[in-house]
Amino acid sequence: MSTSLSSCASCSRSDSVQSGRPSATSPRHWKSSATSPTSPTMARSRFAPQQLVGVVGLEIHAQISSNTKLFSGSSVQFLAPPNSSVSFFDASLPGTLPVLNRRCVEAAVMTGLALNCTINKKSVFDRKHYFYADLPAGYQITQQRRPVAVDGVLTYSFLGGRKRSQVMRKNVHIKQIQLEQDSGKSLHDDVNSQTLIDLNRAGVGLMELVMEPDMSCGEEAAAAVRELQLILQALGTCQGNMSEGQLRVDANVSVHRPGEPLGTRTEVKNINSIRYLARAIDFEVQRQTAVVRRGGAVLNETRAYDSKSGPSPSCRFMPEPNLPPLLVFEDEASLPAGVEAGEAVLLRTLRARLPELPSVRRDRLVQTYGLLPEHSFTLVNEDGLMEYFEAVMKGTSRDPRKVIGWVTNELLGLLKQQDLSVSHSPVLPAALAELLELQEAGCISSSAAKQVFQEMWRSPGKAALQIIQELDLGLVSDAADLHRICQKVVDSHPDKVRAVRSGNQKVLNKLMGLVQKETKGRADPVLVREILQEKTS
Amino acid sequence: MIKMLAFQTLRVVSLEILGSSCNLLANNVRSITKRCSPRSLQSQILRPLSSHQHNLKVPKVPTWEHVPEEELPRPTKIPADLVDRLERLALVDFRTQQGLECLEKAIRFADQLHVVDTSGVEPMDSVLEDRALYLRDDTVTEGDCAEELLKLAKNTVEEYFVAPPGNIPLPKREERAAILRHSEF
Repeated sequence: MSTSLSSCASCSRSDSVQSGRPSATSPRHWKSSATSPTSPTMARSRFAPQQLVGVVGLEIHAQISSNTKLFSGSSVQFLAPPNSSVSFFDASLPGTLPVLNRRCVEAAVMTGLALNCTINKKSVFDRKHYFYADLPAGYQITQQRRPVAVDGVLTYSFLGGRKRSQVMRKNVHIKQIQLEQDSGKSLHDDVNSQTLIDLNRAGVGLMELVMEPDMSCGEEAAAAVRELQLILQALGTCQGNMSEGQLRVDANVSVHRPGEPLGTRTEVKNINSIRYLARAIDFEVQRQTAVVRRGGAVLNETRAYDSKSGPSPSCRFMPEPNLPPLLVFEDEASLPAGVEAGEAVLLRTLRARLPELPSVRRDRLVQTYGLLPEHSFTLVNEDGLMEYFEAVMKGTSRDPRKVIGWVTNELLGLLKQQDLSVSHSPVLPAALAELLELQEAGCISSSAAKQVFQEMWRSPGKAALQIIQELDLGLVSDAADLHRICQKVVDSHPDKVRAVRSGNQKVLNKLMGLVQKETKGRADPVLVREILQEKTS
Repeated sequence: MIKMLAFQTLRVVSLEILGSSCNLLANNVRSITKRCSPRSLQSQILRPLSSHQHNLKVPKVPTWEHVPEEELPRPTKIPADLVDRLERLALVDFRTQQGLECLEKAIRFADQLHVVDTSGVEPMDSVLEDRALYLRDDTVTEGDCAEELLKLAKNTVEEYFVAPPGNIPLPKREERAAILRHSEF
């Protein structure tokens, strides 16, 4: 599915989506497949000024990174033997009661603080009833009415503009963050027509983040989720791995004309990567746009991107009678009598514990190293890349703006090509720093340096100097040698020499190129230019 | 003298009542009465029983007043599709008109609550509302009892619980009527 495009006016894209039917006024071609867009620029100018835009709201469930579950002391583990970390409470045996885990409360509060939310000093728990085999109690303990945090903002950025080099910043309003229980896992055995239940995940703490529908396309949603992932990982409250189910995103998608009421929305569920999220949302916007343009009506439904339909949408709520309200306090001074500081959740302590958030980190990189915003964006976006860059900077005195190119182009390019993470890079920061120092000292030219880098990648552990010697890539700075080669080039291209003499400086570059070819790129460009200029004057 | 008598009456009454309440709780009368040995129960009675005449917390005559019909809000009519929805969500079957009337009567009975003036009073969610919610440390203290839990289930497959496939939705009203016509009810 090539659905990386959408008709959102707020996205800085120059493409737009093709509807299912050509308009009566335009004789352009169109393809019947909904997946391939055609005539992008023409489409926009022909359409009525009020275009259909997508409206996307996200519901995100983030699994809290903690040792034990939300209301019981059984462990939270990925891939444990089935039903091995299940307590009596998780199995909802009669006579068991929930006991709230302080770590989970701290995680939710810290996440709320990082997202500029108002923390409700008093929040309450509810029971959400629905019948499903992986919910043994028949209800889920959640915080629908009064959650622990409300009214926040997530600021996210993405690279947009025509060349995708401009950093665009947008905000999405966070309606609330609530604590709730996760359900167990069900495996469907179609052969024997039965469902197998594993309760290891039942009762694990989740933070549900409800976002307002402030986004309009898949790219925005993907960028917002990526930023949230980085924030949660920086806080340590959630590891944010979508493929392992630690971060689950459901998108509510509808289309409408700006100014008109919102259209019927459909829910897109079961997405396990950010890329898929963008595609699924764009596909849904496309689909709905086509339906509306045809004059049809969008049905309110849940579209699972893969399979498995969840429980029925209407659930009965009632207050949780076994849990008194959850109270968080500003500081030790505001604690009531009988509550120990070590047992309570204190906002002042948690605020002090907040680490450097990604947006702050990006600004710091720009300030410290004088980088362009899009470079710092790339550094923070890739796991470990910022640390790599800073390590290289420690080993070299070169201008950071020169170094950044090596990190975001040469290094990242090769990593992406071979699908490696920064931590698996065969070239260590110190080695790259060494290479850059050699280039700075004039031992090799920049094109030779790139060659050396490739070689270092292929043979990890080999020092740059060694490779330079082996491949004889050392810069030729011997004046006599260079003079000879330049003379040779000048002699064999008299027409070019004449052109330079008559004022065409650009031809000089061509002569330089020829010299470099002779020296296999090892000539010191500065010297070559001097000599050539001398010879052609 | 009077005190002694009172205490003795207390003892006798307590044993009698406890004996009979034990019977109510269990089907097997014999085993329960054997287990409820008078001596052990006696030592546990530390407060006056609510049924005993010396108890001061329970009023001697009922104080409940009948609420006249006019003070109640309008009777709630339950439309058929709401009944369907409730049945589907709660997985109960109202089955007959009688069942529906029973529900309406129950709602009517609860309507008496509207007579109470609750202005300025926060609704109570939990009787624990004045207590501090205890927050537990994040250390593993339970779990690791798969065998014990699986023993409780009728159907298991290799350490997984077995459930019927998906949710079996309640059949529609018309289909249900057809099914019931053939059943013994």
